[in-house]
Amino acid sequence: MKTLLLIAAFAGTVLAGNVALAEEFLIRGAKVYTASAQGTLENADVLVRNGKIAAVGRGLTATCCAAVVVVDARGRPLTPGLFGGLSMIGLAEVPHEPDTVDAVIGFSAPAWQQQWRPEFDVTLAYNPRSSLVPVARIEGLTWVVLAPQSSDSIVAGQGAAITLDGRYDAVLDGSRTLFVELGSDASPLSGGSRAGQYMLLQQAIREGRAPGSPGRGALLHAAGREALAPYLAGGRVVFQVERAADILHLIRFARRNGVKAVISGGSEAWIVARELAQANVPVILNPLEDLPSDFDHLGARMDNAARLHQAGVRIAFSSGDSHNARKIRQLAGNAVAHGLAWDVALAALTSTPAEIFGLDATHGRIAVGQDADLVLWDGDPLEVTTIADQVWIAGRPIEMRSRQTELRDRYLKQLHVN
Amino acid sequence: MIKFIFLFTATLVTVVTSTPSWSAEPFPSTYRVPPNPLTLVRNATVLTGTGTRIDNGDVLMANGNIEAIGRDLTAPAGARVIDAKGRWVTPGLIDVHSHLGVYPSPGESAMSDGNEATNPVTANVWAEHSIWPQDPGFETALEGGVTTLQILPGSANLIGGRSAIVKNVPATTYQAMKFPGAPYGLKMACGENPKDTYGARNQAPSTRMGNVSGYRQAFADAQDYQRQWQKYARDLATYDKQKDDKKRGKDLQPPVEPKRDLKLETLVGVLRGDILVHIHCYRADEMATMLDVADEFGFKIAAFHHAVEAYKIADLLAQRGVCAAMWADWWGFKMEAFDGIQENIAIVDRPVNSCAMLHSDSAEGVQRLNQEAAKAMARGIRIGFDIPPERAIRWLTANPAKALGLADRIGSLEPGKMADLVIWNRNPFSVYALADEVFVDGALLFDRQHPAADPRSDFLLGQQNKGEVR
Repeated sequence: MKTLLLIAAFAGTVLAGNVALAEEFLIRGAKVYTASAQGTLENADVLVRNGKIAAVGRGLTATCCAAVVVVDARGRPLTPGLFGGLSMIGLAEVPHEPDTVDAVIGFSAPAWQQQWRPEFDVTLAYNPRSSLVPVARIEGLTWVVLAPQSSDSIVAGQGAAITLDGRYDAVLDGSRTLFVELGSDASPLSGGSRAGQYMLLQQAIREGRAPGSPGRGALLHAAGREALAPYLAGGRVVFQVERAADILHLIRFARRNGVKAVISGGSEAWIVARELAQANVPVILNPLEDLPSDFDHLGARMDNAARLHQAGVRIAFSSGDSHNARKIRQLAGNAVAHGLAWDVALAALTSTPAEIFGLDATHGRIAVGQDADLVLWDGDPLEVTTIADQVWIAGRPIEMRSRQTELRDRYLKQLHVN
Repeated sequence: MIKFIFLFTATLVTVVTSTPSWSAEPFPSTYRVPPNPLTLVRNATVLTGTGTRIDNGDVLMANGNIEAIGRDLTAPAGARVIDAKGRWVTPGLIDVHSHLGVYPSPGESAMSDGNEATNPVTANVWAEHSIWPQDPGFETALEGGVTTLQILPGSANLIGGRSAIVKNVPATTYQAMKFPGAPYGLKMACGENPKDTYGARNQAPSTRMGNVSGYRQAFADAQDYQRQWQKYARDLATYDKQKDDKKRGKDLQPPVEPKRDLKLETLVGVLRGDILVHIHCYRADEMATMLDVADEFGFKIAAFHHAVEAYKIADLLAQRGVCAAMWADWWGFKMEAFDGIQENIAIVDRPVNSCAMLHSDSAEGVQRLNQEAAKAMARGIRIGFDIPPERAIRWLTANPAKALGLADRIGSLEPGKMADLVIWNRNPFSVYALADEVFVDGALLFDRQHPAADPRSDFLLGQQNKGEVR
């Protein structure tokens, strides 16, 4: 209780007064899951200075000032802030209401007049005041990757990682990513055949690399060619793809064209795990996908994550759900129940996605120099009965409230049995 | 069981007439209890489903039923004994809201049979006629401990049709899964889905007031239909009495049987209380409206489903004895789901006489209803409610059994009830919990230590993926 009061007081000063960030604070006596080579540190302290992690170890003391805030963790687990998956948080308030959705671009041109718009940057639509942001972050999710969609072309556009602390300029440097959709879901966008996807991609790559305008019938505008260029020079491209055969084609395509591929989906990835490991292509998956939901998912199974890891493939988790992004911990826990090592499952929510999206210097670990995105839990962070006690983003304590907790509190008061 | 079926058939017969000219149960269950050797489960932490927890408990299953439950039971001669030390036992889980079989995997358009979205009132359609027993989702649900499911039509219509209650057993026909003697349910839907489906076609209903008008007219028509059959029954009785009378019987003609109307026949079943009403309804205000509609026509609502705002009227629901089927944490995907909160189930469970239930509505969620309950339980505990596992397990067992009208057959481990039982490798309210063994009517249908070599579904057989390693 004392700790909670301390946190509340701290939150009050920082949030209510919007005063300058307290220079230092100390979390004392936590079970620190570093998500790094350091592993788990029992009864350890974490010192935060100017929004960054300044020290991790035992018996740390604040250096700056007498009145430094100390949070007594009482042995509770402390993890890095969690990755919330590929997301539409802040891009789609109510998915069934089109006027609240900015995640999808589409001009409804007929297929033969198809225009690709890789210059579409979905992060410009991000609304940090969305009700989804507090709902996600009070559950320990401190960053997500905004992923665009397109109803016109298999190239959906560009997204990037954002921090969920509510700031307007939320994009995290170095995380910009192009998104492409392959497989049966995308067939209507490639003339009805998945083979058409490679045909169109090859055409776009030629347009992107050839000097001057390609003229009539081009897939890309000049701005699109410009936008595509960095991705053909080693930029990160996330391909949504499920079927084993498609994954193998993709690996060859990426190698041939100098594309740094990341797979999203990958329900049959375990079948080609060795090839993925050799090509160093990571997979962002939902380990709860175990049903043959279509003919691209016939090989879906619960131990996909465990098998991929065993083969040496880097994995991260994503549920594809924005409103219920908080379910991502449950994904990880289930992967553990089906054979994945616990530490690898935690890494798949922290350090591995940070690495995949080029954020490893600042995100995903509890280590000196990292942004102080931290979560203090009341139990095993991967357990469904565990709840986040306190979340910090970039060293600031998050007010642990959302529209949902307000609704809860209003109606609890009206319940007669109370 | 035979007696039970007889009783039910008798009720159905009286739904419309005392002398039906058609079969009262045209698609009878052919379910046969699978082979079920005498089995004693020993030394488990047993959650009975009645709100009780027995540490170091034993459960004896014989002839498909729970024979005995308690401590230090003696193993009868020839009984198979399972040592469940360190493990937990619960009743088989019940999913009161599933579309397995009617929206199966693979989700190809050819298999999409859940919504007869051609008329806002299709009380005449029966979900069982859409169930594809080869849906691979049945097997994965069984692996999650689910032994009974209510398969519902979708929610495009105001009145979507009859539900089917099935036991989760391998079968080639749905009749062989059909829960013997289970009353039918009727699927109805509030709010956005019906008004969007038909409003988009410039057809009624296009508003919530149009929705309510649609339910009321349908039940008013059913009342009229019921009166026609009542009159026919009276006329027939008079005719039977008088036809042999020498004087008066000579010129008497038997009354003409009214034409059957399959739609109204189902709704009359509701008015008579033989068919249980399950309403997809998110918002608190709409649930209150539906309670009034039910009062107007004199029927009872068994449960509101997807009751995302049930926490706003928890007292009312308990007072009216209406169950609420909920998700642990879904919210916001449409306007009527915007006020979802994670404490919903715990708050609905709170009043005396409450009936809170977990439902899946999902081929993924049905595989881990125990985890959904665990999340809801943790959120309740966090706001100071005392919710031990023996209470929370009722959300998945006894309460849905009650909503399905099957509380005397399933939902708890009590002598005489069906031996639908799950042995979990640990406390089931955990993300790491897995069902080790799942029994239906005392038959071991899933055994994690000895999984079947082949998939249950014909669809997956021969796809060469299980265990494939390149």
